[in-house]
Amino acid sequence: MMVLLAAIYVAFGAAALLSVWRIIIGPSILDRAVASDVLLTLVICALGAEMALNHHTRTLPLLLIVAAVGVFGSISIARFVARRDGADR
Amino acid sequence: MNELREIVVLVLILIGALLCLTAAIGLLRFRDVPTRLHAATKPQVLGMILICIAIAIALESWAVTAFLVPVVIIQFATAPLSAHMVGRQAYRNGTIDERSLVVDELADDKRTPPAAGG
Repeated sequence: MMVLLAAIYVAFGAAALLSVWRIIIGPSILDRAVASDVLLTLVICALGAEMALNHHTRTLPLLLIVAAVGVFGSISIARFVARRDGADR
Repeated sequence: MNELREIVVLVLILIGALLCLTAAIGLLRFRDVPTRLHAATKPQVLGMILICIAIAIALESWAVTAFLVPVVIIQFATAPLSAHMVGRQAYRNGTIDERSLVVDELADDKRTPPAAGG
């Protein structure tokens, strides 16, 4: 039981640290958008895991809202990122 | 019975957490934006579903399960949207490794304006 809990904590923590590292070093802004998308998914999964482990439903609406509006971040980044015109034509 | 349910919940959450970890490792290991997108979409659908199943098993309530269904459906609907936009912009930006493409079906569409689709 405790081993499984420790493995869950380590997996979530390591995944968050690695995504933040990709956000920091990411060569282009699209890499950072993808990494922040993964980080947002991680937040959803961690909130849900905490809810299942502690048997409460307080963060359930937060889960719905984050799942609904989280997509707009990377869509707007992808829409308005500057195109490197003429560089590869 | 109660003990067994706790174990099942923990194992489901652990698999979801490991999917998140593989996505993060893939983000660091892969070369360009489309391959990183490939790694990033694993926890967005499968990990999310596993965690939602774990919540439904742990809380044992039909109201909670009914609340989780729209969460999963919304995630299903929006994850391909953002992946499509980011992947298309990466192609147009030239930030992909063109030698790794087997087929380049968008080569002719590159000259069309971005609002024209494709």
